[in-house]
Amino acid sequence: MTQAEQTVLGLTLDEAEYARRSLGREPNEVEWAIMDAEWSEHCSYKSSKKLLKTLPTSGERVLVGPGYDAGVLDVGNGYVVSMHIESHNHPSAVDPYGGSATGIGGVLRDVLSVGTRPIALIDVLRFGDIERSEHSQWLLRNVVRGIADYGNCVGVPTVAGEVEFDPSFERNCLVDVACVGVGRKSDLVLAEARHPGDVIAIVGGSTGRDGIRGATFASKNLTTNADSERSSVQVPDPFMKKLLLDSILEALGTGEVVGMKDLGGGGLSSALSEIASKGGTGVEVDLGALILREPDITPVEAMTSESQERMLLIFRQARCEKTTKIFRKYEVPVAFIGRVTGDGLLTVKSSGKTVASLPAAFLAEAPLIERRARRHPLRPLATPVLRGGSASSSLLRLLASPNIAGKRWIYEQYDHEVGVRTVLKPGEADSALLKLPNGKLLAVKADGNSRACSLDPYRGAAGCVAEACRNVVAVGAEPIGAVDHLQFGDPGDEEVYGSFAESVRGVGDYCRSVGVPVVGGKVSFYNQDETTGRPVKPSPVVMVAGLVDDESHVLRPSARGRGDLVYVVGETRRELGGSEYSARVAGKEFGTVPDVRPADDLRTNSSVLKLIRRGLATGVHDCSKGGLAVALAQMSIANGSGMKADLDGAPVDAGRVAETDILFSETHGRFVVSVKPERREEVVDVLGRDHVPSAAIGRTVKGAFEVSVGGRTVIKLGVGVMAKAWESCVPRALGEKP
Amino acid sequence: MRVAVLRFPGSNCDLDVVQALGTTEGVEPKLVWHESGGLSRFDAVVLPGGFSFGDYLRAGAIAARSPSIGEVRRLADRGVPILGICNGFQVLVEAGLLPGSLLRNSGLRFVCKWVTVRVEDAATPFARSAKPGRLLRLPIAHNEGRLFLPDDELAAVKRERRVVLTYTDSAGKPTRQGNPNGSRENIAGISNGEGNVIGMMPHPERASDPTLSPDGSADGMSVFGALVRMAGGA
Repeated sequence: MTQAEQTVLGLTLDEAEYARRSLGREPNEVEWAIMDAEWSEHCSYKSSKKLLKTLPTSGERVLVGPGYDAGVLDVGNGYVVSMHIESHNHPSAVDPYGGSATGIGGVLRDVLSVGTRPIALIDVLRFGDIERSEHSQWLLRNVVRGIADYGNCVGVPTVAGEVEFDPSFERNCLVDVACVGVGRKSDLVLAEARHPGDVIAIVGGSTGRDGIRGATFASKNLTTNADSERSSVQVPDPFMKKLLLDSILEALGTGEVVGMKDLGGGGLSSALSEIASKGGTGVEVDLGALILREPDITPVEAMTSESQERMLLIFRQARCEKTTKIFRKYEVPVAFIGRVTGDGLLTVKSSGKTVASLPAAFLAEAPLIERRARRHPLRPLATPVLRGGSASSSLLRLLASPNIAGKRWIYEQYDHEVGVRTVLKPGEADSALLKLPNGKLLAVKADGNSRACSLDPYRGAAGCVAEACRNVVAVGAEPIGAVDHLQFGDPGDEEVYGSFAESVRGVGDYCRSVGVPVVGGKVSFYNQDETTGRPVKPSPVVMVAGLVDDESHVLRPSARGRGDLVYVVGETRRELGGSEYSARVAGKEFGTVPDVRPADDLRTNSSVLKLIRRGLATGVHDCSKGGLAVALAQMSIANGSGMKADLDGAPVDAGRVAETDILFSETHGRFVVSVKPERREEVVDVLGRDHVPSAAIGRTVKGAFEVSVGGRTVIKLGVGVMAKAWESCVPRALGEKP
Repeated sequence: MRVAVLRFPGSNCDLDVVQALGTTEGVEPKLVWHESGGLSRFDAVVLPGGFSFGDYLRAGAIAARSPSIGEVRRLADRGVPILGICNGFQVLVEAGLLPGSLLRNSGLRFVCKWVTVRVEDAATPFARSAKPGRLLRLPIAHNEGRLFLPDDELAAVKRERRVVLTYTDSAGKPTRQGNPNGSRENIAGISNGEGNVIGMMPHPERASDPTLSPDGSADGMSVFGALVRMAGGA
């Protein structure tokens, strides 16, 4: 095998041929390595770009959209909010502690890269069956510990998240981290090298052999000897990250930093080619100037290392005195490695010799791959009637399902208070709510539904956006923007690619219909179980941010009292397909998943926002997994008081809706709302004017939780019993005392 | 009144403390980098929470060897009030300014939650102005907060009335259930023999704004208020 063939390995033969043809010569070893990193699926989006372009990305608040390190939204009064989402699935599958920790590191740098201060982290996790699999228990324990140790140390609160469990994630867990940042509009910087003559510096950690070809590792299937891939996982150093954050935030105040880019997937190869290509310039760097962790690192290793805690900064010529002084104070190393040129080339020098010279625009635009998509067959339920046992026992089983149960075991390990901004904390409401410096509040929540997406990727993915929007609406916030993370198996599999294509269409259609721009996102392919060869369930995850204009609109958990009226807002349909009830209780994991109705949702959401803003609601809770029965039970558990509800009056779609449907169907577009009885008429007036179907179905009371359907009591449970089922599931699965 | 908030590399509650102190009447808080000196110009010093020097070696161990701790020691000897919060408490313990050790939580996990603490009738001006017997709602967030004192030191601390705060259940009883980390005798905060150096694991700065607390309280302000009265009138 020749040297060239060896280094071509990560690229397809077509890509290698395209490279030779475009350059008109045989690339050398370093150049192949640079292309391998930058053209990896992870960095280039070569299988997904065409479809991602169909997402709606503009809006009046959007200042920076997809294609940069983080999306940026204008939140008024000169302030901006930035957001991004990343995953570290393969690293976490082989090294859950280090993998999850470095995943946070990456997304923090993304938010920092646009000149904003990271103010919150949001985690979305997927594991196998934690009630049965010790491997999944090990992954969960260590992923959570990795997130905690890293996030807590860097001083950015972890405020929200979402967790699901399904056997398809047994070997390939999904570990997504989203970050939101805040800054002044005037301080925004971009990852663009616009001016020839500008100086390029690398600040932060040293460059070592960790994470070499990490982007390539992320762009293929995990192998059965995953243990041998541990060197592809980067080493976390949250202390260095904290110094990097503090020093860069201070440096931004000097006005000397004119461009900034995170060194993440693809390392220097990716960062350098992207800043040059975006700025329409070239860059020339000398690897001899890099700060190395080991002395004998080769140019190939230096260009592809993904060592953590590094950032690329661009300064106007030599104007960087104040900044270097700041880095000295924090003892953060700075290496001036090169400059911006006008020749459009990425030129890499080492020991006085040019070791690579490639057109930056050629590098940044990997040849796209045409993938074939096949619609996967939908599987409607054969019989519309599902059997489970008594409604009380079904409800208890759902409350104790790991997908629904309380996640205190997880979020108590995260510092969710640091920064003194967290108004609504994990476990208190459907979304986290954070104070912004302009006096407004930011709601954030991420949602996914892997089972629904596996049954119907279009409705499933659109449903994730619908649910995330409802969750921010439930805390009184108007949705203003979203980021998505699309996680699938091998895109070479036509059915996998087909479900990817349908998911993108689902997210895009829904976002377009409700006017929520997608300002960024990420795609992660090659997530599959290496022992069975089966892909993970399609897992699009969507984080939505929303804005509350006035602090007085915040719904406090403590404001609720006994004697409140309970309303169901939105119609219930026969939509048990893919529900938690059908899988967990009836044991049937198929069916037609709930449809999405964006026009109805817009009307319902805006009406619920009116209730909150006019002070008419004491509590609002989204109705999703587990249906109305679970939503009402959760409201009861949160209030610590009983409830008496009669669901016969709840609005339903025309036609027959059976008892099981009204209790457990996961129809979108519904909320449960508690109100003071004396405000009843105003509530009816608001909902009626907006033509939103609703009904008062009960009252919060002292004593038990009771629900009747068809004139008879079908559920009667003590609130303590429900709370115990809901709270103790996760600790019990992990073999701990609840 | 000038209050220094001493900042180490890795401190992460420094800005939060400055913000909380800034809303305390008559207080002018200032961030002081651990190498810049000049602490003697201040009327009180707060060591904020975080992970100073990454908590490498042991929580607070490296910061305790920082030159600034020499200054803190001299101020402490002069009777200037010093308050260590969370990692700041760990630093003061590692520096020997407060007794005992702060060990890994008994649950072997980081714990972030709101707890109830009782102000004890300690022999310090701090306790007197924070009103003994009062229950405060404050959040904790730590991995190493289990205060351990050998029997003889524990006896001495109690005899000299140096326990400042005790973890309790919601009814105000120092039960095992109310103890979040396994600290001996539910101790959440202690003082030195002279009463001017105080360390506590809960974060008063995170309970200084009613919109940030689950029940609309702002009990952390009484901690800063007590510190200020102590600095002004001690």
